[in-house]
Amino acid sequence: MAFVAVIDYGMGNLHSIAKALQHTSSNDDTIVITGDPKTILSADKVVFPGVGAMRDCMQALTQTGLVEVIKDVALTKPLLGICLGMQALMTTSAEAPDTECLNIFSGQVLKFSDHLHDSAGNSLKIPHMGWNHVEQKVHPLWQNIPQNSRFYFVHSYYVQPEALSCIVATANYPTSFPCAIARNNIFAVQFHPEKSQTVGLQLLKNFLSWDGTVAF
Amino acid sequence: MSLAKRIIPCLDVDQGRVVKGVKFVNIRDAGDPVEIARRYDQEGADELTFLDITATHANRDTLIHVVEQVASEVFIPLTVGGGIRSVTDIRNMLNAGADKVAINSAAVVNPYFVDEAATRFGSQCIVVAIDAKKVSADNEAERWEIFTHGGRKATGIEAVAWAEKMVRLGAGELLLTSMDRDGTRSGFDLHLTKAISEAVSVPVIASGGVGSLEHLAEGILQGKADAVLAASIFHFAEYTIHQAKEYLQAQGIEVRL
Repeated sequence: MAFVAVIDYGMGNLHSIAKALQHTSSNDDTIVITGDPKTILSADKVVFPGVGAMRDCMQALTQTGLVEVIKDVALTKPLLGICLGMQALMTTSAEAPDTECLNIFSGQVLKFSDHLHDSAGNSLKIPHMGWNHVEQKVHPLWQNIPQNSRFYFVHSYYVQPEALSCIVATANYPTSFPCAIARNNIFAVQFHPEKSQTVGLQLLKNFLSWDGTVAF
Repeated sequence: MSLAKRIIPCLDVDQGRVVKGVKFVNIRDAGDPVEIARRYDQEGADELTFLDITATHANRDTLIHVVEQVASEVFIPLTVGGGIRSVTDIRNMLNAGADKVAINSAAVVNPYFVDEAATRFGSQCIVVAIDAKKVSADNEAERWEIFTHGGRKATGIEAVAWAEKMVRLGAGELLLTSMDRDGTRSGFDLHLTKAISEAVSVPVIASGGVGSLEHLAEGILQGKADAVLAASIFHFAEYTIHQAKEYLQAQGIEVRL
């Protein structure tokens, strides 16, 4: 029985993630979409989603008083960052160089360079959109998800943490980039588990039953 | 180990039913949209697209209801198009569970609607649907123009320049339909697909004319499409999505199986 808060700060569509969590949760879990700091701080687990632009994201978090709330959550309870919600955990982003991000992970958010090509010489499109292989490193949230499963991505920026030890998955476009990072009770992904069918639902299920520890 | 090309079944919805016609006539009933969506998901569809083919008020409400039902049990990206004219239309579709909306005629009427929509909701959920028809004679350099109203209304806008403009204004993806080929089952307009795909930086979904699995492969290999959309070859169970993917894989195309 868990009380799960999905953080609503006005950035994008939270219905997909709430519906997917609901679908995968046991009946006595409660999933709430909320922007209320008290509710978020009283939750057992927190999901931090987001789509759109970094400057708007940080502005919205600042205006709604959620910056300190997320920093608090990051120290105390299982936190799942998704897409822009992952990128916002870093120190700075190339998308908004003058904007301070949450700095929960030291590192940057970088843009895929234009003019990327695959091995056959075809130019690669930006955003990186669609189903790509995810190469896992050891972490409890990958339980029951086959190695190199495909997850659904849509993004033009990716994170580059300073501590390579926090990278718990990579994908290739066309070269390797970090697509999942973790530390203690925090897990964050660039892809959309709520749109990644069976494997995505399994990841959400694993998060709902995760106690926030990383025992190997 | 790389990004898969996507197969996207398209469900044309009219009065709560999936229908499919040839060049917008001889409409055949293909079934219940929620059941069909569920089947495609199980067969391995990479995304689903719902198009409201009448775009009337009553049909819109029915479609919202369909999207709500599908979104509560199918966890792959859902795109909804047909009659998207305002920020409110977009918000209603996203709230119902759509991940992306396809904007077509409204972009032609006011290109800055695309900019407004992308600024408001993010480029990742704004697909611009482009209906193009060849207007050049056989002995001329190929040229295509944008048509609206199901291919009936000419706009005089050149298709490649239009595609580039839509991307500049914030389209995150283009859904390109050849109105010459739509419903004919004679294959994509590969020259059109290639011309657009090579002109823009965002992914292009090829649509219009798929009658066989070979056509899907051609769209990707020759048309350089990032995704292929088809309706009738899947609706009437000629091929499953899985069979289509196995075929593409055998042609050396990366797919999610």
